[in-house]
Amino acid sequence: MTPEERTAAPPAPRKRSPRAGTWAVGGRGVPLPLLLPALLGLAFLLVPLLALLVRAPWSGLPEQLTSAGVWQALRLSLICATAATAVSLVIGVPLAWVLARVEFPGRGLVRALVTLPLVLPPVVGGVALLMALGRNGIVGRWLDSWFGVTLPFTTAGVVLAEAFVAMPFLVISVEGTLRAADRRFEEAAATLGASRFTAFRRVTLPLIAPGIAAGAVLAWARALGEFGATITFAGNFPGRTQTMPLAVYLALQSDPEAAIALSLVLLTVSVAVLAGLRDRWMTAS
Amino acid sequence: MTRMAGVGAAALLTLSACSSSGDSSAADPASSGSGSASAGQLSGTVTVFAAASLTESFTTLGEEFEKAHPGTKVTFNFGGSDSLAAGINSGAPADVFAAASTKTMKLVTDEGAASGEPVTFVRNQLEIATLPGNPDKIASLKDLAGPDLKVVLCDKEVPCGAATQKVLDATGLKVTPVSYEQDVKGALTKVELKEADASLVYKTDVHAAGDKVEGVEFPEAAEAVNDYPIALLKDAPNAAAAKAFIALVRSDTGRKVLSEAGFLTP
Repeated sequence: MTPEERTAAPPAPRKRSPRAGTWAVGGRGVPLPLLLPALLGLAFLLVPLLALLVRAPWSGLPEQLTSAGVWQALRLSLICATAATAVSLVIGVPLAWVLARVEFPGRGLVRALVTLPLVLPPVVGGVALLMALGRNGIVGRWLDSWFGVTLPFTTAGVVLAEAFVAMPFLVISVEGTLRAADRRFEEAAATLGASRFTAFRRVTLPLIAPGIAAGAVLAWARALGEFGATITFAGNFPGRTQTMPLAVYLALQSDPEAAIALSLVLLTVSVAVLAGLRDRWMTAS
Repeated sequence: MTRMAGVGAAALLTLSACSSSGDSSAADPASSGSGSASAGQLSGTVTVFAAASLTESFTTLGEEFEKAHPGTKVTFNFGGSDSLAAGINSGAPADVFAAASTKTMKLVTDEGAASGEPVTFVRNQLEIATLPGNPDKIASLKDLAGPDLKVVLCDKEVPCGAATQKVLDATGLKVTPVSYEQDVKGALTKVELKEADASLVYKTDVHAAGDKVEGVEFPEAAEAVNDYPIALLKDAPNAAAAKAFIALVRSDTGRKVLSEAGFLTP
């Protein structure tokens, strides 16, 4: 908040919070050409969610939600999204560190490639995973013949598909935090004799923890909602690879009310988790 | 494709003479008065809403139609029959509806959106799709129950899955797939990519996949044969040309193109 804005805000709303203060000033706080599109944007994002609540089959809801299939799908979704986030943390944070701290030729290109799954249609990601890790894929065929491991149609396949789509969110978030972090702390650690790895572990990691947390939440949320790559790579089998988004999509084919009920569950879980991690989220951004 | 078009063009010469008088009256009893609409008078755009499985064959027939009736244009909206029916019922401007099941056609006729009775012009049934060369030696539906076989089936919520369920119920066979796919193309792709050993898809899908999969017919498929009805729509903006297109679909040329795509004639 700039000093100019502070003076513009009348004293009364300023007592509540700085944000509320600017809101109250019609003329100088929020110009109309910005306010109107902003409100439209807000409505655009919230009205569909509201519609879900309005059209929800509330009377039949307990019945819809107590079916074993719903909990099976929800449980699988939560397990897989969490596992995918764990995988992303284990390999994504080191990747972010390398991208932020190590000078090497083609770094910009590598960074762009890492973010590719963000813009790739998830179904394409799923096909790409099949080409790489499928039973007949360039890596997968060796996994099959050496270890007898086939990943498609397994829960592990769901985790991989979700991690593939979600990890870039984590890498971008962590890398951004690393770049913004003060490097003098690491340099100080180095002058005191710490190895680069020790400095990473004892200095850098605690320093960027909020960024990691924010990235992990983003990745988790993305993994939870993942549909295209999952159904393409891991297929759809109740209890094994059928996550909530898959259950929602298939329910929609014949029973829209069930689909809405399932969507509500997913919405509730997402809101609960994002709300629970709100404070960490705010400090990071 | 060129071969097909050549045959079609020749057949069309004979077709255009008899199309509007013979076949179309069966499709639409109300059309008797417009039997005089000859090839030369047709013009404008015919909008055809057709089931996704008709994509290849109807595109060919559309080209034939445009060739036989210069000045006309056939535009297609291919998609799931359910959503097409919903579109028509909510007022989408279409002339012809060709559905992949009588159930979806009924959605339109129940709303009174069709003109006359729909007629079944082709049928489709399930076939086993397996890897090229059939390495697992799948010869019958029974073989899909084998424990070492990776089978994918359509989810029972989608039409091909409903047909699969019907066949399995009728035979009392229990097949445990590795995945219930969200549509028939998903089930086919898993075999094309060699991720699954076999799946149950429509005959036309096996045909469209060319040599990437091998089809195995099985007699139990007769338990779940899909009828494809076609109808002129009540609010058709270009009814005359639409009737001529329906006639083409039901003509010998149409049958030929459709059966080459793997459809069964009714």
